[in-house]
Amino acid sequence: MRFPQDLKYTRDHEWAQVTGQLVKIGITDHAQSALGDIVYVGLPKVGATLKKGDAFGVVESIKAVSDLYAPVSGTVKEINAVLNDDPARVNRNAHSEWMIVVETTEPAPSDLMDAASYESFVATLK
Amino acid sequence: MLKRTALFEEHQKLGGRLIDFGGWELPVQYSGVMDEHLACRSGAGLFDVSHMGEVTVEGPGAETFLNHLVTNNVSKLAVGQAQYTVMCRENGGIVDDLIIYRRTLDTYLVVVNASNTEKDFSWMQEVAAKFRPGKPEFKLSNESAHYSQIAIQGRTAEKILQTLTQVPLSSIRYYTFAEGALCGDIPAIIARTGYTGEDGFEVYVAWEKGPAVWQALLEAGKPHGLKPCGLGARDTLRLEMKYPLYGHELSDETHPLEAGLGWVTKLDKSDFVGKAALVAAKEKGLTRSLIGFKMLERGIPRQGYSVYSGDGAQALGTVTSGTQSPSLSQAVGVAYVPPSHSAVGTRITIDIRGAKIPAEVVPTPFYKRPY
Repeated sequence: MRFPQDLKYTRDHEWAQVTGQLVKIGITDHAQSALGDIVYVGLPKVGATLKKGDAFGVVESIKAVSDLYAPVSGTVKEINAVLNDDPARVNRNAHSEWMIVVETTEPAPSDLMDAASYESFVATLK
Repeated sequence: MLKRTALFEEHQKLGGRLIDFGGWELPVQYSGVMDEHLACRSGAGLFDVSHMGEVTVEGPGAETFLNHLVTNNVSKLAVGQAQYTVMCRENGGIVDDLIIYRRTLDTYLVVVNASNTEKDFSWMQEVAAKFRPGKPEFKLSNESAHYSQIAIQGRTAEKILQTLTQVPLSSIRYYTFAEGALCGDIPAIIARTGYTGEDGFEVYVAWEKGPAVWQALLEAGKPHGLKPCGLGARDTLRLEMKYPLYGHELSDETHPLEAGLGWVTKLDKSDFVGKAALVAAKEKGLTRSLIGFKMLERGIPRQGYSVYSGDGAQALGTVTSGTQSPSLSQAVGVAYVPPSHSAVGTRITIDIRGAKIPAEVVPTPFYKRPY
């Protein structure tokens, strides 16, 4: 299980990479492993407005449907459309296969976990 | 405390991801649902199905009792033959689906769904109590705790299993079985039955002999592409065949005719539990039937999703099972709809999280084995 240092994490197992006002969002290695074979990724449209904590999309494995939750509020600037055709890329590398880029007007999120905290959090789930 | 099969430690050793399945701690997957599914389709898969319930019915009255209990014609069963059937309540609702193995003239092994075992055994006793007066004797025993059941399924299954037994497996035809030894001296029922759509076998041995047989099969299967398969692959494999699953396609609220099980419902045989209700339902005309469909656009149907007409205007029914089919790389599902919308080629829509996504009724099984 990998926990890259340069990412921030949510309790819902999303990761966020914050670069100024742009926040790249994906699901964690732990999440993809727990889900198993990912066969569908459903993403919002570019331009959609997200509110922090809202479900913005879904990831489906063969067995289960999981909602994706927005770690920040903002506007969707980009989606990783390649996942429409090859959702299993998320299984192969969850941290480089981002899902969306959001432009946020808020200050840098302070409630997200760093890598060490998220790793400890995951350890409590076992 | 969850119940465990005799193979629990084997699952741990293999790194199986254990879940609570109807009160049993069983692996949902080992290497991954997709990988296991495809291994079973291309080579063979090994399944621990020891959680299934086994009830022995024996005595001179066993045949007439079973014929009263279930919808299929048990009198047609020769010794060494197996039969798929269902048992119904008086109103035609399905108590469970089951396989009956005729072991001797007067001895039957009845295999039922794990999560229904207690309910089924109570029901069988209840039906038996009413049926007994004036009838030849028979005895019911719940022997679920005495059996380990292992399924080996796939085109190389026979080759692998043959290395463990002197019983000539090629002479065991589909839905028949033999009793013989596995691994030298382990008494077994070896049946050519299964729940995957592949050729293959289900073997029943004494509970404590499960691990020895499991290990021997895994070892023998190494050169033949055998992989252990969890409940996840078991479900996607059965779904590609549109085999019904209790709690999805079958329930106390569905009857066998609408579930597509008319072929095991012998309305012409003498009285059985539920017959009057089923005859009446047939005369009135079915109100719904079980269809297979494929998605025409992106989206995966799941149990409980609503089904609408092609234009989305008319509510038709509910999805009972659905998944992304690993063999077909296509999202498919099974649903109850009115007979008016059940013809192959009919356009329907599935409500997936608020969006009505187009789908089409297709022939089933979804998957046909190429050998």
